[in-house]
Amino acid sequence: MLDADFFRRWMTAAAASVDREADRLTALDSAIGDADHGSNLQRGFTAVTAVLEKEAPDTPGAVLTLAGRQLISTVGGASGPLYGTLLRRTGKALGDAAEVGEEQLAAALREGVDGVMKLGGAAPGDKTMIDALVPAVDALASGFAAARTAAEEGAEATTPLQARKGRASYLGERSIGHQDPGATSSALLIAALADTAEADGE
Amino acid sequence: MKMLINVPETVVADALRGMADAYPDLNVDVENRVIVRRDAPVAGQVALVSGGGSGHEPLHGGFVGHGMLSAACPGEVFTSPVPDQMARAAAAVDSGAGVLFIVKNYTGDVLNFDMAAELAEDEGIQVAKVLVNDDVAVTDSLYTAGRRGTGATLFVEKIAGAAAAEGQPLERVESVGRQVNENSRSFGVALSACTTPAKGSPTFDLPAGELELGIGIHGEPGRERRPMMTSGEIADFAVNAVLEDMPPRSPVLVLVNGMGATPLLELFGFNAEVQRVLRERGVAVARTLVGNYVTSLDMAGASVTLCQADEELLRLWDAPVKTPALRWGM
Repeated sequence: MLDADFFRRWMTAAAASVDREADRLTALDSAIGDADHGSNLQRGFTAVTAVLEKEAPDTPGAVLTLAGRQLISTVGGASGPLYGTLLRRTGKALGDAAEVGEEQLAAALREGVDGVMKLGGAAPGDKTMIDALVPAVDALASGFAAARTAAEEGAEATTPLQARKGRASYLGERSIGHQDPGATSSALLIAALADTAEADGE
Repeated sequence: MKMLINVPETVVADALRGMADAYPDLNVDVENRVIVRRDAPVAGQVALVSGGGSGHEPLHGGFVGHGMLSAACPGEVFTSPVPDQMARAAAAVDSGAGVLFIVKNYTGDVLNFDMAAELAEDEGIQVAKVLVNDDVAVTDSLYTAGRRGTGATLFVEKIAGAAAAEGQPLERVESVGRQVNENSRSFGVALSACTTPAKGSPTFDLPAGELELGIGIHGEPGRERRPMMTSGEIADFAVNAVLEDMPPRSPVLVLVNGMGATPLLELFGFNAEVQRVLRERGVAVARTLVGNYVTSLDMAGASVTLCQADEELLRLWDAPVKTPALRWGM
């Protein structure tokens, strides 16, 4: 079973991963966007770890809801509301249980991803974060490691796609041949989840 | 790339402090990143709130003042502000007559302003929204995030701001704003990419001797790259792209807008070519504005915006305005 501390460590791992990969995310974004994805997520997840430490929410749902609200209030751009909604919806779906199981988490994450699709209007294949998140949620039934692999493969599979949502879509065919920065950061978030679970021996 | 900054992390806050020092008519909240006209809320008047990523100055903060915006919310460079900023701005400027959000059509801006509208409405503030999407370079709106908001933002903010200053009600100010957007089209070209402070190097690689056609205002590449053209050839291309999309039925307002690093000497010369093309195409020009208004950091290049203006829109365009970047009639 996964408790509030597990989710806090997931967010801390995500923040560390975004820190490490910020330059890469920004480089991907400068090819087909506006060169700020890494620094924006860095600012957001730094604020997330700070607020989680300060307010110390004591259920898994409360951790993710607070993290999502903090992303909305600090990131801006499209990624703030989209990542914020992903975590907030997932958190709300987890309810106020003190501990949740993997199946519950998978179902809640699916609600979170549905919330992102509804808000941003993107579908699989549009070259967005959805292309990493949907396969990850589908694979979560087979375990955290499978979800990580699915998210990474989903992100890599965005390279030949033409963007139909977000800023890259303005480039038309010129967006082809570049990996989507949002799908890449989504894969980092899922990898951080898998890393946290593996460190726990889950 | 050399920049006149301290560190990239503080460019927006530093600029806000400098604006506060330069313009005593503005109330600049550096910490919360909200620029409000000092006499807000103005009794009986609808308030206009806009905002967007920084890097487009003087848009939007330079358009705060009598006859234009009541407040502006600057985000990080090229990043939409967060909902908390717009909600705070709305609360600061609402006189009870309601607030109009003017939103450039980018995924982030739309999402954050929508969330802000929910927050403001929870506080009992009446909110309406005008979306600006004038950029004809985005041709396939069905498979993209839709047309971008660029130069027409200035026309919408000025003309809707004049309607608000006359005491017109929210639904009327909103419909004037929508009408201006629907009557406006833009097309932009870049002679160089721009450099964001965070990245420190150009956002795309544009070789000498080439230009980008159909650019936005965020340093993103355009739709097409060609060998460098003359000012006259660029004017032909840009004006024709606009007219193809919107054959004008009435005299037009013309904005010849610099992207940030193109000297006014070149911009005025470009305007002469734009006016030539309009004459050749039989389009009557009612008013012309030339300058750097909706910029993209240090990008070299220009955009052309045309707005079909009937008598009423022209009257509102000519109405007095007093902001840092646009001032006439008072």
